[in-house]
Amino acid sequence: MPKLTIDGIEIEVEAGLTVLQACEQAGVEIPRFCYHERLSIAGNCRMCLVEMERSPKPVASCAMPVGDGMVIRTDTEAVRRMRRGVMEFLLINHPLDCPICDQGGECDLQDQAMAYGSDRSRFGESKRAVEYKDFGPLVNGIMTRCIHCTRCIRFITEVAGVPELGATGRGEHMEVGTYVAKALTSELSGNIVDLCPVGALTSAPYAYQARPWELRKTESIDVLDALGSNIRIDSRGPEVLRVLPRNHDDVNEEWLGDKSRHAVDGLKRRRLDRPYLRGADGRMREASWTEALDAVADRLRDIPGTRIAALAGDLVDCESVFALKSLMADLGSPHLDCRQDGAALDGTARASYLFNSTVAGIEAADALLIVGSDPRREAPVLNARIRKRWLAGGFPVGLLGGDPDLTYPATHLGTDPGLLAKLADAPFGKLLTAATRPMILLGMTALARPDGAAILAAARALAEAVGAATDDWNGFNVLHTAAGRVGALDLGFLPGDGGLNTAGILDAADNGALDAVYLLGADEIAPQRLAKPFVIYQGHHGDAGARAADVILPGAAYTEKDATYVNTEGRPQRARRAVFPPGEAREDWAILRALSGALGRPLPFDSLPELRDGMIEACPHLGDIDHVRPAEWTAFGRNGRIDTTPLGPGIPNYYMTDPISRASETMARCTRAFVNPTSGRTGTDG
Amino acid sequence: MTPTGQDFAQPDDFEFTAENKARAQAILARYPEGRQQSAVMPLLDLAQRQHDGWLPRAAMDYVADMLGMPPIRVYEVASFYTMYNRRPIGKHHVQVCTNIACLLRGSDDVLHACKDKLDVEVGETTEDGQFTLSEVECLGACSNAPMMQIGDDYYEDLDAESAGRVLDALTRGETPTPGPQNGRRTCEPMGGPTTLVEEES
Repeated sequence: MPKLTIDGIEIEVEAGLTVLQACEQAGVEIPRFCYHERLSIAGNCRMCLVEMERSPKPVASCAMPVGDGMVIRTDTEAVRRMRRGVMEFLLINHPLDCPICDQGGECDLQDQAMAYGSDRSRFGESKRAVEYKDFGPLVNGIMTRCIHCTRCIRFITEVAGVPELGATGRGEHMEVGTYVAKALTSELSGNIVDLCPVGALTSAPYAYQARPWELRKTESIDVLDALGSNIRIDSRGPEVLRVLPRNHDDVNEEWLGDKSRHAVDGLKRRRLDRPYLRGADGRMREASWTEALDAVADRLRDIPGTRIAALAGDLVDCESVFALKSLMADLGSPHLDCRQDGAALDGTARASYLFNSTVAGIEAADALLIVGSDPRREAPVLNARIRKRWLAGGFPVGLLGGDPDLTYPATHLGTDPGLLAKLADAPFGKLLTAATRPMILLGMTALARPDGAAILAAARALAEAVGAATDDWNGFNVLHTAAGRVGALDLGFLPGDGGLNTAGILDAADNGALDAVYLLGADEIAPQRLAKPFVIYQGHHGDAGARAADVILPGAAYTEKDATYVNTEGRPQRARRAVFPPGEAREDWAILRALSGALGRPLPFDSLPELRDGMIEACPHLGDIDHVRPAEWTAFGRNGRIDTTPLGPGIPNYYMTDPISRASETMARCTRAFVNPTSGRTGTDG
Repeated sequence: MTPTGQDFAQPDDFEFTAENKARAQAILARYPEGRQQSAVMPLLDLAQRQHDGWLPRAAMDYVADMLGMPPIRVYEVASFYTMYNRRPIGKHHVQVCTNIACLLRGSDDVLHACKDKLDVEVGETTEDGQFTLSEVECLGACSNAPMMQIGDDYYEDLDAESAGRVLDALTRGETPTPGPQNGRRTCEPMGGPTTLVEEES
């Protein structure tokens, strides 16, 4: 381990670090623009210059590896002069438009110019100007402000794996862009806005909305994919204005998918903000809470439990699932399900529905088989992690199912799920066997089929055959698409004895075997199937579920409640309320508690902490916030015939997968730009 | 540098001729296996020569595809080097050096003469599409300053009159002899060699 002296502080650091990293460890701040710890080193902004003993010239600390006996100085007059000089150069062509720039107040250039810059410029010439660049519906390119740090180019090329950005021209004419004026087709494009140290790349939907100091910042959890990315919700008054990623090395590092970042405008549209009741004339009318709850209670009181069913949606939190499950148990209904897509997962073996290797574990794996999943669209940040592993080398990837562009090369093995049973002897199976830590990633496309249980069993058998499930390595991974799914499975929101599953509930509703169906944010079902029974919809958006409803109980979206979500790894995380639910809408657990009161069978909790105590008692690991408890490897799946129906592609439209993103104007714009670019406008499409 | 607001048409596609395909293969063979992307510059040059001296976007995409590179990486190369023309140019590309050595030796006169003769400003193409006039940085022929490059040929030791003569000859469809235009041999001293004269073989 090399020892070096930084500003008189002696420090021993790991070999291979750069001087800048060593300075950070020594607690010495080095200003920088181009350097970013998750990207390759460019060394082109020159802001990190330091003095090094025995070097005649200053060195760029971000690109200089540490050496034994180095003596670094960052506090001399010479270093201050260098920084002032570099800053003066950077500001030569940077416009003085901070008052109208969205980055103002959270701008690295602004901050560092204050801290290290000079108070005047000696540049009397005209500044250069660059045309606005069109990067699509999410990113504004005001490239006159660009200081050519190339972070965005490196991110898009290295992390996102969609090399569409580059620096064209040279010298003063250098411009960052796509050259051909096209939208960035990455699902991670929003991250370049965070990376941009100036206001050249700014968020298009958030343009001119707010100043950073006006925003209330709430640390929370994203629910628009099953990864459970850590986010910061920025709100002003009752409005969520933007969502930014928070660093969590084991989950999302510091990235966030475009849907999770930009679908928040959907939280303001198509909201259910007051209870509704279907009147005698068959039309929905506004109602008060008392009226609505009484109406539900009156109906449910006379129906035997076995003729009541409940479905939990994809965005549900653990607390409301637990409350609804308790209520249904009270009513004597065994017909519960949280698998709207019919995924063949049950609660018996936790290992059967978790991403067992953990997300960070991807980096330890050395071979990957993807079955019936498109991780790039189902969890783009997780896909970036797979790509990161692939970039490190020695990581064969096989793909059974659709053949999407995953941003890394994958051997396409076919679309016949039956291959799974024979794969252990196939060439790719041999690669898996040869690997020390092989990984199998099973997607919902493979599980949400009639033969899903057989596929699950075959995948389990394969995992055992290739050594993906050993005592010290569990590479059997299920990638969920619904953020609420793992939590609901953990809590056993599944058919009880003699209970019907989703398909059974819909069939029974069709042929009159059910009298009431309770939908808790269940929006992925066809509303016309629920025409006969009395339908209660509790949720936050006027989507499919509300269309089927006879009573609407307006609930809270994920930014409006304190709630627990379990991500696809089985990591319980707490989301926190950033704003209040709109209008009359209430937190979901409270609605269920109130309903139980109206039914005259009050649930045994009066506050969220009491509910949580009960929930954690029923399911202890939900109290273990931010920890993944390894799941025991037990038998699961059901041996059976695997159909030859080909495994289809994954989700058809990344930008619209849930009621929130379907209500989002920004996501509609993305759909138009990226998913259906050729479809003509009709004039009624917003 | 962005081709937005272009005032000229981009062809839809581009392909090497059979002859150039063979040349491209020969160029690719110069680089070690797995390093074929190094051929991007000679291939772009080949494409430019085939396509009347300029590189349309289709040609850059074609080269990118041939080398398995993302197109943006090729755009970066093509836009970095001034010798790739990304807009149509005249049949004769007149590049007058105005760097320090040529400037001291009268490149301003040469440039003025060219402007007058061709009736265009720097960066413009004559109406008949025969000449494009450019101002360039040092082309490495300072011993024969001032100079200009037309196509692949250097015309050196110019003054206003001889520069005009060269352009006249080109206009007539002739190919003037490249090299010094004042009777000097290569970069020997004016009036012939002054040393080692007796040893001339």
